Amino acid sequence: MTAAVYLAIYFGLFIFLAGCLRRILVYARTPLHLRWEIYPLPHEHPYRAAYGGSYFETQEWWRQPQVTNRRGEWRVMIEEILFLKSLREYNRRLWLPSFLFHFGLYIAIAAVACAALALACGQLSATSQITGLVHVLAPIAMFSAAIAATLIVAGAFWLLMRRTADPALKNSTHAGDIFNLLFFIVAFTLLIGGYMLRAPGTATLGEFARGAVHFDRSITMGSAFGAGLILASTLLAYIPFTHMAHFIAKYFTWHAVRWDDRRNERGSVLEDKVAASLGYKPTWSAPHVGADGQRTWAEIATTNPTREAQTTREAQK
Amino acid sequence: MSGKIDLRDISRPGSEALIHLENKELMPLPAPLESEEKDHAWAALSEQCQSRYECGLDDTCAVNIPKPKSSDEEEQLVARFLSGLDKLFDKENNWTFFEPLLLTMEHCTGCQTCAESCHIFEASGRNELYRPTFRAEILRRLYFKYVKRGGLLSAWQHGDIHLNWPLVARLIELSYRCNLCRRCAQSCPIGCDNGLVARELRKLFSQEMGIVPREIHENGSMLQLEAGSSTGMTAEIVKDNVAFVDEDISERTGIEVHTPWDIEGADVLLIHNAGEIMAWPENPGAFALILTMAGVNWTMSSELAAYDAINYGLWYDDAQFARVALKHMEAAKKLGVKRIVIGECGHAHKALCVIADRILTGDLNIPRESYLPLLRDIVLSGKIKFDPTRNDFPVTLHDPCNMVRLMGVVEPQREILRALCPQFREMEPHGVNNYCCGGGSGFAIMSGNNFPDWRFHVSGRKKLEQILNAFAECPGPESPKYLCAPCSNCKGQFRDMITYYDLWQKNRIFYGGLVELVVNAMTDVKPGFIDWEWR
Repeated sequence: MTAAVYLAIYFGLFIFLAGCLRRILVYARTPLHLRWEIYPLPHEHPYRAAYGGSYFETQEWWRQPQVTNRRGEWRVMIEEILFLKSLREYNRRLWLPSFLFHFGLYIAIAAVACAALALACGQLSATSQITGLVHVLAPIAMFSAAIAATLIVAGAFWLLMRRTADPALKNSTHAGDIFNLLFFIVAFTLLIGGYMLRAPGTATLGEFARGAVHFDRSITMGSAFGAGLILASTLLAYIPFTHMAHFIAKYFTWHAVRWDDRRNERGSVLEDKVAASLGYKPTWSAPHVGADGQRTWAEIATTNPTREAQTTREAQK
Repeated sequence: MSGKIDLRDISRPGSEALIHLENKELMPLPAPLESEEKDHAWAALSEQCQSRYECGLDDTCAVNIPKPKSSDEEEQLVARFLSGLDKLFDKENNWTFFEPLLLTMEHCTGCQTCAESCHIFEASGRNELYRPTFRAEILRRLYFKYVKRGGLLSAWQHGDIHLNWPLVARLIELSYRCNLCRRCAQSCPIGCDNGLVARELRKLFSQEMGIVPREIHENGSMLQLEAGSSTGMTAEIVKDNVAFVDEDISERTGIEVHTPWDIEGADVLLIHNAGEIMAWPENPGAFALILTMAGVNWTMSSELAAYDAINYGLWYDDAQFARVALKHMEAAKKLGVKRIVIGECGHAHKALCVIADRILTGDLNIPRESYLPLLRDIVLSGKIKFDPTRNDFPVTLHDPCNMVRLMGVVEPQREILRALCPQFREMEPHGVNNYCCGGGSGFAIMSGNNFPDWRFHVSGRKKLEQILNAFAECPGPESPKYLCAPCSNCKGQFRDMITYYDLWQKNRIFYGGLVELVVNAMTDVKPGFIDWEWR
């Protein structure tokens, strides 16, 4: 059981990271798209960002350097990531369950980070200060993990209720969505329940963490907790292959689409990318497009279908 | 109303409409349209239309897709749809929107936040068919099934769908039930863009299947590329018409105005929506007057398509969009102007200033800007004297989506109105959170069958509510009210909608552009430039 749990964790983590990397590369390698921003843009000048204004509000805007307000961008990102600001603003009914669920996940990540740090401190040094730090971090990790699992289960359960009871969500809820939420509920219930109700003599969280790092098979753990760990690891591996990977997508949808107001200036890297895109050879079939797989996008854009039709008519005469 | 539809109904065999809308189920309106009886009955689709065209979606028909004559023809059409679907998700064919479309397909969680922001969904009485995710979910399922070649596991994960001709026909119509205002995308916590989905579906139907509403293709972008303008005006005709406008404006204002044409090396190339010249000549006239009095070195161009800022390709076709944008830029390059300034046309603003930025290279990339900062600077500069009491009537401002939410030009128009209109009041919500006029994405010029009934009752309803609320304290006919709409398309929608509900006759709600208010307040101009004559 112990070895199976360790292997599940290793594989789960590996597949998760590989899956995330693959997804990142897929989006990062897409060609430059047309500008498609939506205002407000948080990296605008704070005065303008407050009401959604842009540099287009200034006459001869191209004579002024583009403002980069990173502080504004970070503020919006933090509000959005931690507190799901858009959901709170536009869909309050779904916000609380979703917030509980997501905040639980963040706390879970923090708990794992604390545990890893405590473990690393314990491994690296035996000085009293470091040992003291371990004694602080370990209970924080323990407490955070318990809070995280509770929030995740509560949030997922509430979301599941919404999905099944709210007619508004019906048309866009699939069997997979129900499965995903159940997956979270079962995995984290087993984790917290299994740990709380573990038999005397079975490993504590700290012991288990140390064991996982050293592949120490002498560690004993309860079957429910072990099953929870295997399920949670499988869930981790599964996430990058579902729409639950929106934590990756969100970087691209916000930064690369919604907030992308970069100017195409002459001689810039952006202009080179535009030129490269104009070299694509589309094959759309409608006659007015005139795409035959040989003409480039730039060539198609510089033709006039009405003139071509006229020329064809004249040639036929 | 048969509002309880399921996604699977989209494939239902036959041409029977999936839903029927009735006034009593629509979002209620404030006074004077507060009761169902005060609303209009819908014009029914003609039997001829129903027998000839695919009308299986709702109570109207926007695209006029001829019914296939045989099942073989249906299969061929479905095959062409599938071929286009593949191209939509191929970077060689669709580099223009590949990334945002892919992200939207793969990450929607179905939270329905978008639905809470959609004016069409709300106005329809929250009809499932108009839920922003309804359309997107169909495309998503098709994407996972036919583009990603997903099997049973994928169908379980993403949902299954049955592809047949009724689905394709309904999806074509459904892609023309969205104003592309992208208010839904603004609110999406993930950043998915259901407005883009509608736009990209339109692209598939146009660029692969050649299916587009006549008003925006044959009579729109194609006519512009052939004659020079979607109005059909050639260069000679437009010059004649503008000369007439100059004459009229000079007479009405007492100030001699002469629009310059094809001036090489001018500072500003002004491009109007040519529809203004035909339907609202006081608008280009007011521009000419203001620029002349401000001493701006400007010109208009008589090159093909360069005297009409419209670019309908923005709504449905990348090739047509690029062709028109390039025509505008080639004209500017030929004249050697320093910058292009776009007149009162929202989609032209976004098309040329924003979207076209990523198709221009080298010396074709001439700076482009909105007329609003220029106008604001003129008004606030003190070069021209104004008397705001001439505009002492209730004024509210409509924010065209393309200029505001999608371009960030929010304040200049407000600075002008605050300076010149003592009774200016905002609609709620406004600015980047505005609602579309209901005529966006081509609807304002689509008047076939009973489609206008749909755009007045459904897509324009939320804006109508906002307008009536903005003038709630002065509803009666004794007080003329001005709805300022600095966009030609929006004005077209308001003209038709106000006429439909008889709000000019009964409530004296008038509409017009921003430059008209500016000229109306100029002390050097004869009083009464805004004549309060309905047109």
